[in-house]
Order: sequence, then C-alpha cells, then structure tokens
Amino acid sequence: MDKENNHSKSFIVSVSPHIRSDESTGRIMWSVSASLLPAVIMGAYYFGPRAIFALALCIVSSVFFEFLYLKILKKDITINDGSAFLTGLLLGMNLPASVPFYIPVAGSFFAIIITKQLFGGLGYNIFNPALIGRAFLLVSFPKLMTAWTEPSPAFIKIDAITTATPLGILKEEGYTKLIEIFGDKANLYSHLLYGNRAGCIGETSAIALLLGAAFLFYRRYITWHIPLTFIGTAALIAWIFGGNSGLFSGDPLLHILSGGMMLGAFFMATDYVTSPSMKSGQVLFGIGCGFLTMLIRLKGGYPEGVMFAILIMNCFSPLIDRGFKSKIFGAVKKK
Amino acid sequence: MIQKKINYYEVIKNGIFKENTIFKLALSLCPSIAVTNNLRNGVLMGTAVLFVQVMVNITISLMRHFIHPRIRLPIFMLVISGWVTITDMSMAAFAPEAYKQMGLYIQLIVAFASILARAEMFASKNRFIPSMFDGIGMGLGFLFALSLISFFRELLGKGSLWGYQIINAKPLLIFILPAGGFIAVGILMGIFNWIYGKYENKSY
Repeated sequence: MDKENNHSKSFIVSVSPHIRSDESTGRIMWSVSASLLPAVIMGAYYFGPRAIFALALCIVSSVFFEFLYLKILKKDITINDGSAFLTGLLLGMNLPASVPFYIPVAGSFFAIIITKQLFGGLGYNIFNPALIGRAFLLVSFPKLMTAWTEPSPAFIKIDAITTATPLGILKEEGYTKLIEIFGDKANLYSHLLYGNRAGCIGETSAIALLLGAAFLFYRRYITWHIPLTFIGTAALIAWIFGGNSGLFSGDPLLHILSGGMMLGAFFMATDYVTSPSMKSGQVLFGIGCGFLTMLIRLKGGYPEGVMFAILIMNCFSPLIDRGFKSKIFGAVKKK
Repeated sequence: MIQKKINYYEVIKNGIFKENTIFKLALSLCPSIAVTNNLRNGVLMGTAVLFVQVMVNITISLMRHFIHPRIRLPIFMLVISGWVTITDMSMAAFAPEAYKQMGLYIQLIVAFASILARAEMFASKNRFIPSMFDGIGMGLGFLFALSLISFFRELLGKGSLWGYQIINAKPLLIFILPAGGFIAVGILMGIFNWIYGKYENKSY
C-alpha cells in the first residue's frame, strides 16, 4: 500500500490513537514494554529461570502468530510496532511461573489470532488481548493456571513449592491466618511491596510496577483518570466492606497491593484501544473496574477479580464513549 | 397458479448450503450453543429437528388449501407443537438418558424461527413432494451444522468423540463451556462462509 501518494488526494481514515505529535504507535508500545522491565526483573529474581522461559515463550509465540496471520492474509507485516511484543509480555506477566510450555503458546494464539486479528487487528479489538488470553487459559486449565510457586531468590532451585496467593489465603482461610503466615502487618506489606509472595510472574512486585507507571506518567502515555479511580474505588470498597468486624474495618492496603491490581490498573486498564477515549468516560471506566474487582474478590468464586473486571468494562467502553461525547467546537446547541 | 418445475436436488442443496439455518441465516443459535457440547447430543438434536421440519412441511403442505390465510400463523404453531410433542414424548420413551440432558431444548423446537419460516415460505405455497424435500434439505443443513459444531467442541473440549476417548492430551476445557460454544459457532460460521464464498465465485 502506498499511503504517501494517496495522502494529497484523499482523507485517510486511520485507527485511533490518532497521532498528534511525533509519537507513534510503535514508540508508545516499546516504551510501555520498557516500563515493564523492572517488574520483569523482579519476577525473574523471585521465580527463577522458569519465569524467564515462560515470558520469552509468550513473547516469541505472540510475535510469531502475528507474523503468521499477517503473512497468510498478505497484509503489511507490522510486527515492528511492538504491539504483539507487548501483548506477549503482558500475557507472560499474568501467568504463574510453573506453567508447562504449551500454555504460553495456546494463550498467545488466543490473544493474537482470536482476540486481536480476527476482530480486525490493532485498534479494532474490543477486549484486551493479553487478558482474554489469560481468561481463556484460566478457564481451560484451571489447575495449572492456579499452581502458584513459592518465590525463592535462590536462582538455582528447581523444585518449587506450591502455595497459595495472599488473596487466595484471604479467601479460603481469612485475614487473621494471612497475618499469621506473614508474621505481622508491616511484614505482610513489605512482602507485597517488593514482590516476595506467590502470584503471577509480573504482578507481585508493587514497587517495580509503580516505578514503571511513574515513567509512563512522566512521558504522559497514561493519565491519572483510570488508574487512580480504579485503585481508589477498590480501596474504598475494601475499607468499607472488606473487614470481618462490621463496616469500615477492612484493609484497603492489602487489597491494593495484592493480586493483579497494580499491573491491571496501570498497564492493562489503560490500554488505548479498549478503554474510553474521553477523560470523563475514563473516570467512569475506572470506577466500574474497581467496583467489579472488589465485587468478585469479596463475593465471587475467584480470589482475584482484576482480569474479569477489566474485561467486563472493556465491553462497556464503546457505550461509555457514546455517553460522554466530546463537545464539538463551534457547534450550535440544539434546543 | 402455475407451478414451476422444481429440481429436488437443488432444493436439498439450498437447505444445506445456501440457506443453512445456522451458518447462513444465523437462526436457531440457542440450541447450537446449548446442546452441542458433545457429538451425540448434537446429532440427536439435529435429527429431532430434521424429523419435525419434514413432518411439519408435509402436514402444512397437505393442509394448505384448508387454512384460512388470516389465521395461518396460529395453525402453523399448532401443527409444529403437535409434532414437537410427538418427538419429545418418543425421545423421553426411547432415549431417556439423552432426554435428561436436552429435554428442554427439544421442547424449544416449537419456537424455532427456521421451522415456522419454512412452513410460511415454502410448505404453504408448494405441493406435498417438494415441501418434503425442502424439509429434508433444511433439516439436513441443521443436522450438518450441529454435528460439525459438536464434533469440534467435543474433540477440543474433552478429547473424545461420541463418548470415546481419542486424544489423551489435556483438553481445552473452555470449548465445552458456553463461552467456547460462542467461539466455536463464530469461527465455524466464518470458515463455512469463506469456503462457500470461494465455491460460489468459482461456479459463476
């Protein structure tokens, strides 16, 4: 396709995000991937070579499937824009470290081919590909996808100990038991902050994820609207309804730092394609995500609800966009 | 009214390919997701629909001169529900195991748009023999679609076919859940139309 020649003759209808500066889709995608690096390093440190293997397999198979699909359909090969790389990376960060090799491949296939390319490629997908990939894996292989390994900084250790995530313990055995396992509250928070806990490869280290998010804020790739309302709503609901002894006795910090909240709020819910484009709509989107997350965590069957909350809100984002239309400059208001 | 000579082969082919209930008209999608999680149920459901479709078409086409046009729809519904009741009761008697799983959906055949549509569009305007062939075509198309969907769903979701284990690898559990049903129907619909489009372009 020769876009340069058509440029002077006709309007080009392109996919959002529309370019308003020298930023390009590729540059944003690669920057987001780079901002995930601290979390990847922490994940690799705590979960060892298997985590790196799973991550690499996710990325390679995602890029490969994207290439294959575009090649077969004779479209422009756009694997250099980094979107498939980022999808693979995010999918890998959402897997437990102990997964066998076919899980990343199946998840990447579902994320790239079914969720993204069959809907028309980058910019047309309704749902976040990485999250759909994970949802598919979680529903298909429930045992393997919840086999969490104990984090062990010793890099050589091969036999990992299976354990439960903090949220799993909270769901099954209650808050007092969770505090008992980690010693005291401060110890629990520091474990959650540094990532020394069971969970998905990339979601455990809150501090590394915050570092990456700070970079994205600095580059203005994400705004406060979705992450802050997401986490704020979740914290509020956790504080009010999350406790055992009546209202206003919950532990909001535990709910914010555990599970996939940090990864989801900063890196998944803020996906340009699947979130509303208006700021006011984004606030509603974030509140919805936070509410649904806490609903699933406190009342649902799964211990963790970030993934399903974001996916459910993804389907509402076209509706939200329609509700919060931008004011057309210079238009006369009809009476 | 002058009747055009009807090619029965074309009538049957029309029902299976050009106006396939599920893949082309996208009607009756409820059972195509609800009962297709194993091949046996899919085939049984398809057969039940085939039977009802043929019998309804025959009945309506025999009665077409006696039905007053103003009350034709209630009459069609009565005929359809009569045949569905017969199917329902015979299934309950002869295949109680399968009936336990899909009894509700057998009764739901009453509400199938495709059966009422064929009664209205074809059987009430045509003679007895062409109507029968139309019923066979539409029913076979439905049976074909349901068998195809349930074949893939059982193979991928359980690794088995007709209850016999074939693949010993870990199955993709999602395909026997409702979500997988939507995915399977969507993908098969796409593939069907892709192949059909190629075939149609070639023949013209």
